[in-house]
Amino acid sequence: MVKEARMNYFPDQVIEYIFGFVTNQRDRNAVSLVCKSWYKIERFSRERVAIGNCYAISPERVISRFPGLKSLTLKGKPHFADFDLVPHDWGGSVDPWIEALADNRVGLEELKLKRMVVSDETLDLLSRSFLNFKSLVLVSCEGFTTDGLAAVAANCRFIKELDLQENDIDDHRGHWLSCFPESCTSLVSLNFACLKGEINLAALERLVARSPNLKVLRVNRAVPPDTLLKLLMQSPQLVDLGIGSYVLDPDSESYSKLKAAILKCKSVKSLSGLLEVTSSSLPAFYPICLSLTSLNLSYAPGVHGSDLIKLIRNCGRLQRLWILDCIGDKGLAVVASTCKELQELRVFPSDPFGVGHAAVTEEGLVAISAGCPKLHSLLYFCQQMTNAALLTVAKNCPNFIRFRLALLDPMKPDPVTLQPLDEGFGAIVQACKKLRRLSLSGLLTDHVFLYIGMYAEQLEMLSIGFAGNSDKGMLYVLNGCKKLRKLEIRDSPFGDGALLKDVRKYETMRSLWMSSCEVTLGGCKTLAMNMPGLNVEIINENDQKELVLDDEQKVEKMYVYRTLEGPREDKPWFVWTL
Amino acid sequence: MAFQAEDLNLEATELRLGLPGTKETEQQKTNNKRALPVEPESNASSAPKPPPSKAQVVGWPPVRSYRKNCFQAKNTDGESSGMFVKVSMDGAPYLRKMDLKVYQGYPELLKSLEDMFKFKVGEYCEKELGYNNRSEFVPTYEDKDGDWMLLGDVPWEMFFTSCKRLRIMKGSEAKGLGCAV
Repeated sequence: MVKEARMNYFPDQVIEYIFGFVTNQRDRNAVSLVCKSWYKIERFSRERVAIGNCYAISPERVISRFPGLKSLTLKGKPHFADFDLVPHDWGGSVDPWIEALADNRVGLEELKLKRMVVSDETLDLLSRSFLNFKSLVLVSCEGFTTDGLAAVAANCRFIKELDLQENDIDDHRGHWLSCFPESCTSLVSLNFACLKGEINLAALERLVARSPNLKVLRVNRAVPPDTLLKLLMQSPQLVDLGIGSYVLDPDSESYSKLKAAILKCKSVKSLSGLLEVTSSSLPAFYPICLSLTSLNLSYAPGVHGSDLIKLIRNCGRLQRLWILDCIGDKGLAVVASTCKELQELRVFPSDPFGVGHAAVTEEGLVAISAGCPKLHSLLYFCQQMTNAALLTVAKNCPNFIRFRLALLDPMKPDPVTLQPLDEGFGAIVQACKKLRRLSLSGLLTDHVFLYIGMYAEQLEMLSIGFAGNSDKGMLYVLNGCKKLRKLEIRDSPFGDGALLKDVRKYETMRSLWMSSCEVTLGGCKTLAMNMPGLNVEIINENDQKELVLDDEQKVEKMYVYRTLEGPREDKPWFVWTL
Repeated sequence: MAFQAEDLNLEATELRLGLPGTKETEQQKTNNKRALPVEPESNASSAPKPPPSKAQVVGWPPVRSYRKNCFQAKNTDGESSGMFVKVSMDGAPYLRKMDLKVYQGYPELLKSLEDMFKFKVGEYCEKELGYNNRSEFVPTYEDKDGDWMLLGDVPWEMFFTSCKRLRIMKGSEAKGLGCAV
């Protein structure tokens, strides 16, 4: 008898080897669910973990499941905290995480935090607890000072990356850069553009001089052109350059030298900063522009008008552009005709509280959509938008993954027809089948939500403000968007009826935020009672006593999220878990 | 998951042109419910009302505070966007926002606060290091370190650069803080 030669199993090592090619976290999560054996292999070989809500799970649980953890990403405060809707001291401290990782001797090498509170003490603990620590990325964080940075510089002997993006850092001025020991030569990426204070320039020059692997360097406003020159001469291999102060006379010798140094930087693909600028000295960058794939001028109000246009005309290979709205519709038309490879565009308001002066309108967006068919990510602050424009954009760019519109006047209708923008956004969700993130703006009725519920099948994150007429709106979304993970709503007339219709839905989502809506305390209590797997948090900054009794009272701010850990213990006085 | 026509209640979402004061505005008002703080009655009947003042809607446009602060710092000329801080009063249902730049000193600021929230706090008395009025209200502010400070203790310039938000405390919390009584 011939037995069939059949492999009944793969040795664990083979499976583990194959898992090494599975890097995406969702894929790894899926893989771990196949069987107990795969779960075990996967968890011991997992090195990278991303926790979208730091309160959804405890650090101990993460560490116990993934003992080989090397890279951790954490997010803290709800997204609307970016816009001052979440009070200071709400929470989101990373301290318990670092303490647990240190206590359990996890071999942490990379830490990325977003919207979290970080203290100097914790940075110090971090720097001393993980011998192989290599990368620290902090985005929109707060609570620490340059003293904390000094500890990281001094103690992390193999540090490769220190990336600070838009953090609120108390700057004690200067000496932290000197804390990198002379033996530290491993830096690959250094970004301190968000620091507000003075810098020890000599220390910076020496640091860069001894960092042959430096690829990313983004400096702050305190770094003048003369220093920039020295830095560029030391690091012609830079790939990503962020300029601080660029105030210099185009007729000066400094300018000529800088121009020559820039010519030698043949690898620069990303340019940002230009926090202070002499516009007429920008031509020095034209040679770089030719190979740029990423340009961020959103903090460079000094670059505008014809100087800006001339700069952009050189950027034929641009894939990502972050710009201020003073570029105007005409400027966007130039972008459209020049940047054919554009994939991501963000247009920020240069004067958020300014009244009336024409920033960008629907015209600019239409031009972009016509000229840049590869566009898939958009953040657009504008004066006005029309349904006709949105219909055109939808037709031109069916590949949107992220589409975020913000009208400076949040409830403005279509100025031409005076209609709500329901049809326009409806066209977007219908055409863009891959849409994962959407932010709405303008005058909007329940109708737009009907469209979203019907067509936005891949939608994961939806931001709503000042929109809708009734509970139906919110229900269309909750019923229709099967892949919804994050829903944040402000100033819209959705109440208990919508909130409580399908409470199980929230366990399939990361979080729900509702502020200045029609939800009542009683409604929140009902939700909390029926869903023990959720934390239903109420934020009430006013008189403590008032809140307790009246179920009819409308809740100012509610944040609901699924969690394995029950109510959190670090709540401030103004947060109640029901 | 069929969307029945009768469920849509098309009339409610019917879109019509119309002047303010007609039914359509009613719907807009419903959307509006708690969006914008009520403006003082000062010139109610004057010429075209400005659009709902963007500066007064908290958190709009949705720009990160870091970015907002960068640009506020940059606007040092006459077109300055102002230095807006949130103002809360214990017991009041919603917060307000004020532009500290328009004031030259404490007396003006206090008067404005009193007008806005309809209360009295009296005058800051240096000799007694506090407010000598028997009001139950005490004006305080949160500074850069996150501490709550009595309004008036430090020179105006120092206050101006360190003030993050204002809070009118009342009742038991206010005791011992500002009343010299």
